[in-house]
Amino acid sequence: MQKITSPIDMEIIEDLKAGDQVLLSGIIYTARDAAHKRMVEALDKDEKLPFDIEGQTIYYMGPSPAKPGEVIGAAGPTTSGRMDAYAPRLMEVGLRAMIGKGLRLPEVKDAMKKHKAVYMAAIGGAGALISKCIKSAEVVAYDDLGAEALRKLEVEDLPVTVINDIHGGDLYEEGKAKYKITVD
Amino acid sequence: MREIETAKITQEVARMCQEANFYLGEDVIAALKKGRDNDTSDVAKQVLDQILQNAEIAATERIPLCQDTGLAVIFIDLGQDVHVTGGDLYTAIEDGIRKGYEEGYLRKSVVTQPFSARVNTKDNTPAVIHTRIVPGDQLKVTVAPKGGGSENMSRVTVLKPAQGKQGVIDYVVSVVEEAGSNPCPPIIVGVGIGGTIEQTALIAKRSLLREVGKPNPDPEVADLEAELLKRVNALGTGPQGFGGNTTALAVHVETYPAHIASMPVAVNIQCHSARHKEAVL
Repeated sequence: MQKITSPIDMEIIEDLKAGDQVLLSGIIYTARDAAHKRMVEALDKDEKLPFDIEGQTIYYMGPSPAKPGEVIGAAGPTTSGRMDAYAPRLMEVGLRAMIGKGLRLPEVKDAMKKHKAVYMAAIGGAGALISKCIKSAEVVAYDDLGAEALRKLEVEDLPVTVINDIHGGDLYEEGKAKYKITVD
Repeated sequence: MREIETAKITQEVARMCQEANFYLGEDVIAALKKGRDNDTSDVAKQVLDQILQNAEIAATERIPLCQDTGLAVIFIDLGQDVHVTGGDLYTAIEDGIRKGYEEGYLRKSVVTQPFSARVNTKDNTPAVIHTRIVPGDQLKVTVAPKGGGSENMSRVTVLKPAQGKQGVIDYVVSVVEEAGSNPCPPIIVGVGIGGTIEQTALIAKRSLLREVGKPNPDPEVADLEAELLKRVNALGTGPQGFGGNTTALAVHVETYPAHIASMPVAVNIQCHSARHKEAVL
């Protein structure tokens, strides 16, 4: 399985293909819809984002609380479609990778091709397993949002699968087509 | 008349909120293993293995199976010869949810006024509570935390009686197909047919409490369940939507008589983190 580091180099982004299984290490940021709304509002007002988004990876995730002595609680992906209204705007300003689960709208997939960004899926509902890949977590902004705050995570060998690459590949369509059976 | 203290109810609800979120049922684990052994996709096998590993880690370390520890859906069967003492029943239940979610480090995922403010209530209440008054002197409490990802892909409609069985099949399959990877497949599909719009939704939800894959006792309904499972798994969506034959672990159907003019149908989708615990007091 290919090991890659976030922020992800553009040469690697260009090579990634829908269906590739990847172990991701490095720095990623978490944000759900409430944090996305604030980031896009900031951009609309010409304000700076809470972190330099150029080349970065956003993980759509809101963890359960960390137990004492733990880095984080369960930490699996949330449904990405809720971020579709905001994702193209963030790709415009440099977002290079998104991690979540579930379907994206055609305009989001078009934006991925245009801005050279990839969409990867983590295993939905594997929150306990994924928590083991998270080595540190700190709230960067929007602390008032609780679980939905913007966090910076350091991850090690987080298992993800490329869903949409920059060439138009789409694992959700390809996988389904391959295993579809016609019933009388 | 048998007396049951509210303090006991609170304690049991708190315990079950945590146990439901840490310990996946043996029936779900068995169904996941069966899916892993039978799926023809290697990627699907790997995904199902990771889901099984996740259940092991969650149970061993008491970490929630999923960070979405759900809105607490509570089913109460209250024996008519029970007298609840020391306070009111619903307050006792919600006190249990507060305690269970706080002490178990579970995520609080409930917001007020859904169309506007959406402010987190910070204690995972209110719950959604369904109560039946039943004969006897016992109180049965079921705690079923429900995640947003799968609930969001659930649907209710009212079909025309002329659409019959085929109409039900087409509708259920279309809902599952449209849901795709969003509800974290492999899923359990709860189907309600009949009653009124709220009744069909409720029997669909209740069907999710059944042991995974245990057929409906009515052979005609059991046949429909088998037919639906075959068709849903023929979609090819597979575990996590990566492609495969295990889109659903089971389809559970419950029916209820309907108005001469109506055939309400509800599809309540349950993710693989199919969590529910019950206690009889």
